[in-house]
Amino acid sequence: MTSTTAAPTGAGPAPAPTAPERDALQRERHRRRRDARGGWGLLSPATIILAVMVGYPAVLMVIQSFTDFTVKNKVQGTLPDFIGLQNYIDLFTKSDFPAVLTRSLALMVVLTALIIVFGVLVAVLMTRLGRGWRITVSVGLLLAWAMPPLTATVVWGWIFDTQYGLVNWLLNTLTGTTNWTNHSWLLEPLSFYFVLVIIVVWQGIPFVAFTTYAGLGQVPGEVLEAASLDGASGLRRFRFIVFPYLRSILTVVLVLQIIWNLRIFTQVYSLQTRGGIAADTNVLGTYLFRQGVGEFGATAAIGVFMVILLLILSWGYVRTTLKEEEL
Amino acid sequence: MSTQVSVGTQLGTAGVEDTLDRPARRRSMDARRPPARKKLTRFLLNAAALIVFVCSVFPVYYMVNLAFTPNNKIVSRTPSLFPTDFTVSNFTTAWNREAAPGQTDFPHALGTTVTVTAGVLVVTLLVAFLASVALARFRFKGRRTFIVSVLVVQMIPGEAMMFTIYGMIDDWHLMNTLLGLGIVYTAAVIPFTIWTLRGFVAGVPADLEEAAMIDGCTKSQAFWKVTFPLLAPGLVSTGIFAFIQAWNEFTMALLLMSGYNLTLMPWLNAFQSSSVGGAVNWGAVMAGSTMIALPVIIFFLIVQGRMTGGLVSGAVKG
Repeated sequence: MTSTTAAPTGAGPAPAPTAPERDALQRERHRRRRDARGGWGLLSPATIILAVMVGYPAVLMVIQSFTDFTVKNKVQGTLPDFIGLQNYIDLFTKSDFPAVLTRSLALMVVLTALIIVFGVLVAVLMTRLGRGWRITVSVGLLLAWAMPPLTATVVWGWIFDTQYGLVNWLLNTLTGTTNWTNHSWLLEPLSFYFVLVIIVVWQGIPFVAFTTYAGLGQVPGEVLEAASLDGASGLRRFRFIVFPYLRSILTVVLVLQIIWNLRIFTQVYSLQTRGGIAADTNVLGTYLFRQGVGEFGATAAIGVFMVILLLILSWGYVRTTLKEEEL
Repeated sequence: MSTQVSVGTQLGTAGVEDTLDRPARRRSMDARRPPARKKLTRFLLNAAALIVFVCSVFPVYYMVNLAFTPNNKIVSRTPSLFPTDFTVSNFTTAWNREAAPGQTDFPHALGTTVTVTAGVLVVTLLVAFLASVALARFRFKGRRTFIVSVLVVQMIPGEAMMFTIYGMIDDWHLMNTLLGLGIVYTAAVIPFTIWTLRGFVAGVPADLEEAAMIDGCTKSQAFWKVTFPLLAPGLVSTGIFAFIQAWNEFTMALLLMSGYNLTLMPWLNAFQSSSVGGAVNWGAVMAGSTMIALPVIIFFLIVQGRMTGGLVSGAVKG
C-alpha cells in the first residue's frame, strides 16, 4: 500500500525514528485503526445474526440440558430446577439412545465407505472416457445430485413399493415366480436400511466423483507415463502416484461425508412415513425429532451430545482447511 | 489466494468439458497395448459409463414418467417404463388439491417457499458479501478468530438445536410465520456463503483496484467499478447455493410451520401420506415432486460443480 517501509529493521539498538519514519509509523497505525473499524463494521450484520441465531441457542441449550425444563415451566412461567447431569445419565441408562447412536454410527460407516469407494471409481472411470461419454456421465451424475432429498426418497420409495413397486415386479419377472408379490421392503429394519443406503449412496456419489475428478486432473501426466514405462501396474500407479495427490481432497471429502451421513434426516423420516417402523429405524436426527416438543431439558441433552460429537468429527476438516488456505 | 476461483472454474470444466493433457496421455499409454485388448478395454469402459448414467438418471426419469401416467395405470401390477396414456391431469390434481383438510395447496405452498427463499437469498447475499469483503480486503484483530468461528459454526448441526430454536422462535411469537422460518434459514446458510464469497473476493487481485485508484478513482469507486463486476459469478453461484438450501430444507419447516403456512417440502410430505378422495394419488404425488425438483435441477445445471469448490477449496491447491 505505502511505498515507505513502516517497521524499522536491522540489528543493533533501534535508531530514533526520523521525521518521515514517524509519519509512516503514524500512517500505518492510522491505517490499522481504520481497517479494524471498517472490518468489524462490515462484519457486524453477520456477527449479530450468528450470535443471536447460533451462539445464543447453543448456550441456551447447554444450560437447559442441566435442568428439568419442560413445557409445563413454559406454560406456567415457573423456573426449572437445576438437576446437574441427570439428563445425560438418563439418556444413556434409561432410554434407547445408546441403540440409536450405535445404529447411526454403523449406518454412517457403511454409507461413507460405499459413497467414497464408488465416487472415486466413477471419477477414475471419467478420466478414462472419451469426451462424449464423459459428458453423458457428468449430466447423469448432476441430475442425481440435483434431486431434492425428499423427492428422491418419494420416487425411490415408489420404486420399492410393496404392491406396485418396480423392484418387486422385476424380481418376479426375473425369477419367474410370484414370491415377491407384496414383499415389503421397509418393514424389516435391515431391509429398510438397504433401501435407505441405496437412496443416500445414489445421491452422494456425484459430489465425491466430481471432487475427486477435479483432483485427478492435477496429477502430472509425465510422472504417470514414466512410471508406466518403468513397468508399474495400474494399481501401483494409483497407490504411489495418484493417491498422494488426492490425499488432502479425500480427507476433506471423508470428513464431510462422515458429518453429512450422521446428520441424515429427510430420507430416514420420509421412508419411515412410507412404512418403516420408526422405533426400530431411528437415527440421531429422527430420534431427536420424534421426542417431540415438551421435554426441553432432555432433548437439549441429546442436542448437546450431537453437537459435541459432530464438532469432534469435523475438527479434521476445520484444521485442514485452515492449514491449506493462506489466511 | 486464487484457489477458490480456480477450483470453481476447474470443477466447471470437470463437469462437462475436456481437459487438454489427459486424452494425450491416454493415447500414448494405450498405444503400447495390442489393438484387440484396447478395443475390449474401451468397450468395457463405455459399458461402465452407460451403467453409471442409467443408474443415475433412471429414478429422475421414472418420476417424470409416472407424473405423465394416469393414476389407474400407475397402480398396476405391471409397471410401464414410459407413459402409455399420456396425461397432464396429475399436474392439475397436484396443483389444485389441498394436502389435507385445512392444509395448504400447491400454489400457496409455492408462494410461501418463494417468499421465504427470496428473503433468505437477499439478506444472506448482502450480509455475506459485506463480511467477505471485510475478511478478504481488511487486516484487523479478530479476523482469524472470525474465520475459525465461521468454519466451526458451519459444522454445528442446526437440527441438533431444533427444540431450543423452536422454544426461541415461540418466545418471539414467530411460530408458523415466514419471518421466523426465514431467520432460521438465513443463519443456517450464512457461514457457507461467507466462506465461499470470501474466496471469490480474494480471487480478484487488489492490484486492479490500486491501478484504478492511480487513475483517479477513490477506494470505494475502485471497488464498485472494478472488483464488484468481477464478483458477479461468485454472487450468482453462492446465491444459487442459498436458494437450493432454503428450497430443500425439510426438518425445521416440518417443525416450525403448520396448516396453511407449509412450505413445499412439508407439503409434499403431507401430500404423499394424505388420502383425500380415496387412496393416495401417486400420479399427482409424482407430478408435485417433479414441479418441486425442476427449479433446483435447473439451477444446479447452471452452477454445475462450483459448489464443491467452496467446500474443498482448502484441500485443492490451485
